[in-house]
Amino acid sequence: MTAPRPPRFEYDDVTVLGDDGPIVAGFSAAVPADGLTVLVGPSGAGKTTLLRLLNRLDDPDGGVVRLDGTDVRDLDVLELRRRVQLVGQVPVAFPGTVADNLGPGAPELLERVGLPAVLLARDADRLSVGEAQRMSLARALGRRPDVLALDEPTSALDTASKSGVEALIRRLADEGLTVVMVTHDPRHATDLADHVVQVAPAPRTAP
Amino acid sequence: MIAALDAAAHAAGSGGSGTLTGPISFGDVGLSVFLVVIAVAASRWRRLGLERDMVVATGRSFVQLVAVGYVLDFVFGGQGWLTPIVLSVMVATAAWTSGSRARQVPGSYLVAVGAIVVGTAGTLGVLGAFRIVPLSARAVIPLGSMVITSVMNTTSLVMTRLRDDLAASRREVEARLSLGQTSYEASLPWHRQALRSGMLPSVDQTKVVGLVALPGAMTGMILAGASPLAAIRLQLVVMYMLLGGNAFAALVAAQLTVRRLFTPAHQLIRSLRQVPD
Repeated sequence: MTAPRPPRFEYDDVTVLGDDGPIVAGFSAAVPADGLTVLVGPSGAGKTTLLRLLNRLDDPDGGVVRLDGTDVRDLDVLELRRRVQLVGQVPVAFPGTVADNLGPGAPELLERVGLPAVLLARDADRLSVGEAQRMSLARALGRRPDVLALDEPTSALDTASKSGVEALIRRLADEGLTVVMVTHDPRHATDLADHVVQVAPAPRTAP
Repeated sequence: MIAALDAAAHAAGSGGSGTLTGPISFGDVGLSVFLVVIAVAASRWRRLGLERDMVVATGRSFVQLVAVGYVLDFVFGGQGWLTPIVLSVMVATAAWTSGSRARQVPGSYLVAVGAIVVGTAGTLGVLGAFRIVPLSARAVIPLGSMVITSVMNTTSLVMTRLRDDLAASRREVEARLSLGQTSYEASLPWHRQALRSGMLPSVDQTKVVGLVALPGAMTGMILAGASPLAAIRLQLVVMYMLLGGNAFAALVAAQLTVRRLFTPAHQLIRSLRQVPD
């Protein structure tokens, strides 16, 4: 009998304070190393904040976030970010062509996210939102990450683009990447996720 | 260039025909206030609401310039050892002004001190080391004041531009950080823009000098009776000094501002981060 794999991430009693009180208060959860984990919860529950703790765009005010058992603050932050690629809700195209955005291995990366090679020479800011989101995913994959952290990656997309990007994310998880995704779409929890982590809003301190 | 300054001093002492080297009395100054009265009247007539500001500005400028006139008269009259103190007061005032302008940059006052000191000391140091100007109070204080004023504006511009641009582009900055770039790499496009915007005014000013404007140092020397050829040599030194000083100050201001806008863990400081959901 094989021992269960340790979690990829652990949130241990994590608190993040905002200007108007706690955004996250005493949150604990584990993100398994395999498959696609979805963080679901109402707007304002701190899901994006929890995601940003994974690659240290934010640090918690209390508690610990661990990657493979090590406090992320004890890791080299640049290496942590290479390993944990975060893709935001709104795709960001840097100046230049798609090839410029992707760097070395651009044709293979484009193929991996299901975009035609003809787009390589196109100005990145002339892509559709759906194409730009795929390009953002390709750019992140180019760093050879262990983890993809996705912040509502389909919320800015139309229905057709949405299903394509969802299928791509599912495929990346099946290929062995740890995928952590924030969503407010309950359908993602039922149809797409291997694991679901519920995020409840932090109780607000009474004025 | 020492000769140019000497020529100016000589001309100031001799009082050539048609020059302004004869004494301007406080009565003459009072008469010139008539122009301010016209400006105040125009403001009142057009309901600009600037009358009070104009009166305050007139009063302040009178008090400040009279005070500095007496201070300089004292320093130039054999108290040259006070020169570093005078320059320090100028730097402190400029840093305070520039730091206040960019208050949203944490530690903006220290950034301003660093940039203004480097810009000023760098240029005056080069001018002094090459003996381009004499290291006397009469040369160093006016030149220092010109470079301090100019680098103060550059420093404010670089700090505010960099902070505002990074705040406006935080999504792209964080996308770059997420890809594993350092804070320096992630801020580089806006860093360059801030440097350009900080340095362009002095570059443009240098380009059009003599064609659009006869700048202060040259005008002052000509009014004092120096030969225009001596005046332009000094002016050229001043323009190149300002160009160099602004470059020094802009580089330092941008570098220090980036450090203040990111944490050591290559995160945007909290006030610039994306608002969480």
